[in-house]
Amino acid sequence: MAAAKEIRTQIGSIKNTQKITSAMEMVAASKMRKAQDLMKAGQPYARQIRNVVGHIADANPEYKHDYMVEREVKRVGYIVVSTDRGLCGGLNVNLFKAVLKDAAAWREEGAELDFCALGSKAGAFFRKYGGNLVAAKSGLGEKPTVEGLIGSVKVMLEAYDEGRLDRLYVVYNEFVNTMTQKPVVRQLLPLSSDMGEDAGHDNEENARPGSWDYLYEPDAKALLDSLLIRFIESQVYQAVVENGACEQAARMIAMKSATDNAGNLIDDLEMVYNKARQAAITQEISEIVGGASAV
Amino acid sequence: MANSFTCNIVSAEDSIFSGTIEMVVAAGVVGDLGILPGHAPLLTELQPGPVRVFHDGGKEDHFFVSGGFMEVQPDHVTILADAATRASDLDEAAAEQAREEALKAFNDKSAELDYTRASAELAEAVAQLRTIQQLRKKAGKG
Repeated sequence: MAAAKEIRTQIGSIKNTQKITSAMEMVAASKMRKAQDLMKAGQPYARQIRNVVGHIADANPEYKHDYMVEREVKRVGYIVVSTDRGLCGGLNVNLFKAVLKDAAAWREEGAELDFCALGSKAGAFFRKYGGNLVAAKSGLGEKPTVEGLIGSVKVMLEAYDEGRLDRLYVVYNEFVNTMTQKPVVRQLLPLSSDMGEDAGHDNEENARPGSWDYLYEPDAKALLDSLLIRFIESQVYQAVVENGACEQAARMIAMKSATDNAGNLIDDLEMVYNKARQAAITQEISEIVGGASAV
Repeated sequence: MANSFTCNIVSAEDSIFSGTIEMVVAAGVVGDLGILPGHAPLLTELQPGPVRVFHDGGKEDHFFVSGGFMEVQPDHVTILADAATRASDLDEAAAEQAREEALKAFNDKSAELDYTRASAELAEAVAQLRTIQQLRKKAGKG
């Protein structure tokens, strides 16, 4: 019966693991709802400001902000949004793969790379990978605030202002639905006219890019300065909350399949256990029968 | 089409209003602006204050924004508010109290004070009261 006893302990320990994973699944499910609400709340603003900025990039403004001028690309910056904790399936790994693929394309063109890591997983990854990490921020929690992000975003914007960066991307997971999260690399700077969702099928005015300009109140410089900084902040904030929703969804799915796998394992082991028990009983009976006939 | 256009009002937390309207009146930093369909493209900063939306058929909606930006295109208007509420949700007593507190903080010379912040708070409280009064005047008339 020694083998049977071992199997029992193994089943016991898998059952414990299963309890933990199913608890984590439920926690992730409830957190996902909150994270999704946060994401949905911010979406209209992020989308509208992207449309507006898309229009600005289409216009032919009297004052060309630094963020609107396309420069020769010598150095590319990535703001990589990752999770703080693991156990969320391939979420972060897929994201890092997407960054490296995009970065490799730039490297081939001779550009150098800078990374800004939001979330401890990205920080750990780029430290190991050896990228040039210029800013890192972790421990954003479940309710990230714009204030918490400004610091690291500012590092990248200052680098851009001083001409040390010629292009800036934000990389995060896009929430398609609970089952699917898609890593996206989105260009922040310089502004491009295809940012807005309504690009391409707009009114006649916008069909002729570069031939019109806004009226500005108070004046173009002050207005664009504050609007564009607001734009960057809102985009990065939205990326962080969207990634947060992805994290919880991915964790929920990962924990669900872990729980299912534990269930399968237990079923298999129970089968093996029953067989072992049956074999032991059969053996005992045949021993008794053999012993009785010998007497 | 000729005498209506689409308008979106969004705040950092929510989409407040979206629909087809005839005219919108907002408080720009250099003065109130009334936007009609076919307006030239315009970008402006908004100061805390009321935004009035006129629907087809003369119906009118009031909103309060605490600053932000407005983009005008000939066939649509986008208002990016820092924070926005429907005017009917504003609480007059709370606004009055906020105004008094802001004034007190503003006049309190002894205390260490962040003047920009206090004046911003004051402006917001005053703008909220202005929105409420406007709404009340309208209700009194009708």
